[in-house]
Amino acid sequence: MQSFLDIFDIYLLEAVINGILLGGVLALLALGLNLIFGVIDVTWICYAELVMIGMYGMYYLVQVFHLPYWAAAPLVILLVALLGAALHFFVIAPLLTAPPINQLLATGGVLFILQSFATVAFGIDFRNLGIRLPVLALGEMNFSYARLLSFAAALIGMVCVYLFLTRTFTGTAIRAIAQDRQIMPLMGVDPKRIYLVTSAIGGGLAGLAACLLVLQYDVHPFVGLSFGPITFLICVLGGLGNFIGGFIAAFVFAEIISLGGLFSDLEWGYVLAFAFFIVMMFIRPAGLLARRS
Amino acid sequence: MNRQAAFWIIALLALIALPFVHRDPYHLHVLVLILIWSFAYTSWSIMGRFGLVSLGHGGFMGIGAYVTALLWNHLGVSPWIGIPVSMATAGVLALIVAYPCFRFRITGHYFVLVTLALSGIVLQVITATRDYTGGSLGYTPQRAQSGKGLLALQFDDKTTWYLIALAVWVVGLVIWRAIDRSMIRHAMEAISEDEDAAAAAGVNVTAEKLKITLISALMTALSGALYCQYQMFISPDTVSGIAVSLQMVFAAIVGGVYVALGPTVGAVITIVLAEVLRISFGTKAVGWDNLVYGVLLVLFIIFLPKGILGSVIDRIKSPRKPLRGHEQQTVPIARR
Repeated sequence: MQSFLDIFDIYLLEAVINGILLGGVLALLALGLNLIFGVIDVTWICYAELVMIGMYGMYYLVQVFHLPYWAAAPLVILLVALLGAALHFFVIAPLLTAPPINQLLATGGVLFILQSFATVAFGIDFRNLGIRLPVLALGEMNFSYARLLSFAAALIGMVCVYLFLTRTFTGTAIRAIAQDRQIMPLMGVDPKRIYLVTSAIGGGLAGLAACLLVLQYDVHPFVGLSFGPITFLICVLGGLGNFIGGFIAAFVFAEIISLGGLFSDLEWGYVLAFAFFIVMMFIRPAGLLARRS
Repeated sequence: MNRQAAFWIIALLALIALPFVHRDPYHLHVLVLILIWSFAYTSWSIMGRFGLVSLGHGGFMGIGAYVTALLWNHLGVSPWIGIPVSMATAGVLALIVAYPCFRFRITGHYFVLVTLALSGIVLQVITATRDYTGGSLGYTPQRAQSGKGLLALQFDDKTTWYLIALAVWVVGLVIWRAIDRSMIRHAMEAISEDEDAAAAAGVNVTAEKLKITLISALMTALSGALYCQYQMFISPDTVSGIAVSLQMVFAAIVGGVYVALGPTVGAVITIVLAEVLRISFGTKAVGWDNLVYGVLLVLFIIFLPKGILGSVIDRIKSPRKPLRGHEQQTVPIARR
């Protein structure tokens, strides 16, 4: 019995730690989405598809053009940032005054476009970078370096965004506009420019997530569907536009998925996470950290 | 008015007579698909037109298809009983999720994302219970022995299926019309304009929303079950999940959610487009249909939020007259 418990605990601990590592990347994704929601008041349903495009970008740069990983990553981040800005310029900007649901559905259209563009241009084969990172054995627990690296890079990315938002003029303007949309233009801030910059940053975060996710997962045109929904749920659970709430919710979700996957199939982890989300929506409709009015 | 009624009756008779005149199985197949999907899109629009944008309908459709097929394969329950059971299951699920949503005033983005979670759950449950449902490889209802086709609701004859799908589609339009003429419509329009004001005016907001959601979910489950019985093959990706939900939203919006035949027009456009691309480009066309859908969806939401049919009807009713302020307000899918 004792030995059984020992083994069990080690698996449990491994799952908990893997959950935390997964949470880092999810938090990064949620941050990008939250930033865009908080500032522009738009939900990019196609956010995960931007990540997918970024993952393809990494695949082509590394596998086809034989760039080293560290050189390809900044290019991809830049590419997805541009995509984000373009998405805002061509789709969201004409709809800024339309009801939020229309904006959400328009980005749903972009989801179709990106997914099928990937299908047409890259085919439906599963592809990967062909980089196999070693596995770190700690006692009887195994952690992949890919996950540790992703976790660290995600944290660094988030800290960079935090510093940008608090220490630069543009960052301050972004936060200000998130607080009051009407007043800021009077203070000499051009909202159009700020929206564009925010979209580019949101895209850049998606690009960073792409560089990290491509280390762990194969890329295919529908890969966005496997983590896109979870990202939205995290943002809603944390309170749309609430950065800290999203951060916490990402780890809560990651733990549920990881622990659920420990006791049963990975899908049940997702089922549990979705069910948890629906229940939480009823207990705290405005997000984890919201005070009940 | 009489002329209009006569027109509809003649049109309906023409549709009924069609398979007896034109027997091309491929064309009939496409027509059956169009009718079944039209019914599904109409079900979505019954809710969607009042600003209740749901991405959970993929889930309801999946339940309709899988519960019917599972009951038949594992318990030998005839789809004649299985379909009502699957509809009831979807209805109960809809109530479980929708009641707290409406009670706690979860609207707009939040409602969309909660329903998104619902279709996510259904998709993952189907995939996770792969021992019973076949997981992502798909699932096939067992063939009935010959002579028991009626009991199993399995027909090899395309004409039979065409008539069944036509009947269900007409029922869908009748339900639409009934709602259009009932108090629910006025209540729901008031609610979508301003929930508090509607409540103050004596509208039971939660009950009205629940009614419309329930009707919509039941119809969607029926469409899923029909699709399953007709195609004799279902997979999580074709009948459930977020992609299917988005597909419904897309077709309904392109056709127009505010007119009864709008979703049908949407289904005709999407399915004919997919088939034309498939025939003219073969396997090279994989993905192209969705690419075109996506571009159309974005363009429609930006330029023609009333959809094709809605805009055409507007143009006929008031040619070259700019929209009046009141009409303009009822254009978008959802009002603030």
